[in-house]
Amino acid sequence: MGLSLFEKIWRGHVVQEVTDGPTQLYIDRLYAHEVTSPQAFDTLRDKGIKVFRPEKVIAMPDHNTPSDQQEVIHDPVGRKQVETLKRNCEEFGIRHFAMGTKDNGIIHVVGPEKALSLPGMTIVCGDSHTSTHGAVGALAMGIGTSEVAEVLASQCILQQKPKSMRINVEGKLQPGVTAKDVALYIMAQLTTSGATGYVVEYAGSTIRNLSMEGRLTLSNLSIEMGSRAGIIAPDDTTFAYLKGREYAPKGEAWDKAVEQWRQLRSDDDAVFDSEVTFRAEDIKPRITYGTNPGAGIAVDEAIPALEDIAEAERNGFLAQLDYMQFKPGEKLEGKPVDYCFLGACTNGRIEDFRAFASVVKGRRKADNVVAWLVPGSWLVRQQIIDEGIDKVLEAAGFELRLPSCSACLAMNPDKVPAGKLAISTSNRNFVGRQGPGARTVLASPLTVAASAVTGVITDPRKLK
Amino acid sequence: MAKAKFNIVLSTCIPVAIDNCNTDLIIPARYLASTTRDPKFFGDAFMHDLRYDSEGKPVADFVMNRPEFSEAPHEGVHEIIVAGQNWGSGSSREHAAWAIAGYGVRVVISSSFADIHRNNLLNCFVLPVVVSTDFQQELFRTIAANPQAKVKVDVPNQTVTNMETGHSEHFEINGYKKYCLMNALDDIDFLLENRDKIEEYENR
Repeated sequence: MGLSLFEKIWRGHVVQEVTDGPTQLYIDRLYAHEVTSPQAFDTLRDKGIKVFRPEKVIAMPDHNTPSDQQEVIHDPVGRKQVETLKRNCEEFGIRHFAMGTKDNGIIHVVGPEKALSLPGMTIVCGDSHTSTHGAVGALAMGIGTSEVAEVLASQCILQQKPKSMRINVEGKLQPGVTAKDVALYIMAQLTTSGATGYVVEYAGSTIRNLSMEGRLTLSNLSIEMGSRAGIIAPDDTTFAYLKGREYAPKGEAWDKAVEQWRQLRSDDDAVFDSEVTFRAEDIKPRITYGTNPGAGIAVDEAIPALEDIAEAERNGFLAQLDYMQFKPGEKLEGKPVDYCFLGACTNGRIEDFRAFASVVKGRRKADNVVAWLVPGSWLVRQQIIDEGIDKVLEAAGFELRLPSCSACLAMNPDKVPAGKLAISTSNRNFVGRQGPGARTVLASPLTVAASAVTGVITDPRKLK
Repeated sequence: MAKAKFNIVLSTCIPVAIDNCNTDLIIPARYLASTTRDPKFFGDAFMHDLRYDSEGKPVADFVMNRPEFSEAPHEGVHEIIVAGQNWGSGSSREHAAWAIAGYGVRVVISSSFADIHRNNLLNCFVLPVVVSTDFQQELFRTIAANPQAKVKVDVPNQTVTNMETGHSEHFEINGYKKYCLMNALDDIDFLLENRDKIEEYENR
């Protein structure tokens, strides 16, 4: 029986099988950000130990970083957390990409774009969206702070081996449909816990034809259906993306690496614990209507009627709509929006800004809308400027902000006020996620752009 | 976080019948900027935005504020949460597990847990117990009928018992983790003891 890609990477990293227990897995790369690392460093200090392999750890602040200026964090608690990360990195000898420097950005944008995340690696970070890095063909998993301490101390974690699932998407995507829509569609079919206990591999012709940016978006959202990780086998698209980037192998080492990486694919006779297939032609631009990312519809569809919801789930369904101030059976297209957010580790890459700019070019931002356009890294921001996209955005009444997690999670000044409706390229529409009482509709950069110029939820395919 | 050796927990329960309760609800992001390890700080933030309104007043009809469930957990009282399915989805924030532990809860019973949160609970010495949906629903009914009803979680025998009905279920936990819980041992100590194996792996 053949092996899946997940199985190959997993087996290659087993240090030992603990008797009647988990697997001790070796970790090639630990990313650390300011929010989930301070208590882990404290644990090392308590025990009087050093970081075991500091060269395998990369740290940067992103969650608390403001997107309007980066001279100072006004909130003293957030400021202290960012300063603590810097101090911990100095004390323990870890590479640190400081706020406001050209190396900084959202960890899940910076890792792949600097080729710090490479095919075949095991990658962890105290952040659920670590699944993003799976797009380069790595096994990348979110972990808790105790596990961050474990990796700092030993470069290992103890994990129960997940099951394997393959999600195939076949066919050609329709115009106006992006990787974000594919992810939101899959989630709506499988639910937010549909892949709990699994590592997902995405495969099929649709996935093969996605750009690297699109694949990173798809892998990013794996966690939203409960998956431990979301892997995509590396191919020429992956290699072309990584080649020449800052930390990629160079010269002969590159050729040798690519030769090895080409082995990183599921064998033809690999067997998965679960396998599902979707058709690209069934996928339209998507939006969410509820308070979990699986509660979604096509942008031109109505919210399900109450009788279409299973009886046991009706109370939960109504509670979600009550928070969102939506009604069962209602269409959302045409509903006024207050905030538009382009960015986050989901959609803060160059392709997302190109897509957004392609829609708003020659149009104007609607007056009723506050728009936050936040690149995922300083590299992305520089590329936006190099390509002249910033000028297109400015001409349409938009302002390009500074790299940050920004309005994804209400840990920095970019918070959506209570009761306001935001259409957002981020990953979570949870109650209070973008600010206490804030209401979030998740969508692709194209749909957010179309809505930003009309001021109402808009199907990007219908924009005249 | 405080570590207490696990054996048998026999306690009344708090029913938190919210399905897909994500870790943003268990602890809102604004409490994540703290660098403290103070259990009380996180315990006070547990389910904060459901427990309190925007002016900081307790929300009277939220289960944790109802008189029969508002008593802070201590031995035999409210040490167990019976939770809705897919408990702890979303963000990997261990702060959610710190909030539960800091509040004084030792066991969370549900029909399913999100993977990262389940690991975090175990690492914070809160035991996640997976039961069947039928058993979970029976517990909700029992507690609704009698908030003083007790549930027994027997770690050595891996059983969970509704003391009102006498119904019992076996729950899964691997032998290694069970030993850790019963002896208050951390994964990190195990890993530090195995550094020779790690170096061996690196030299392969």
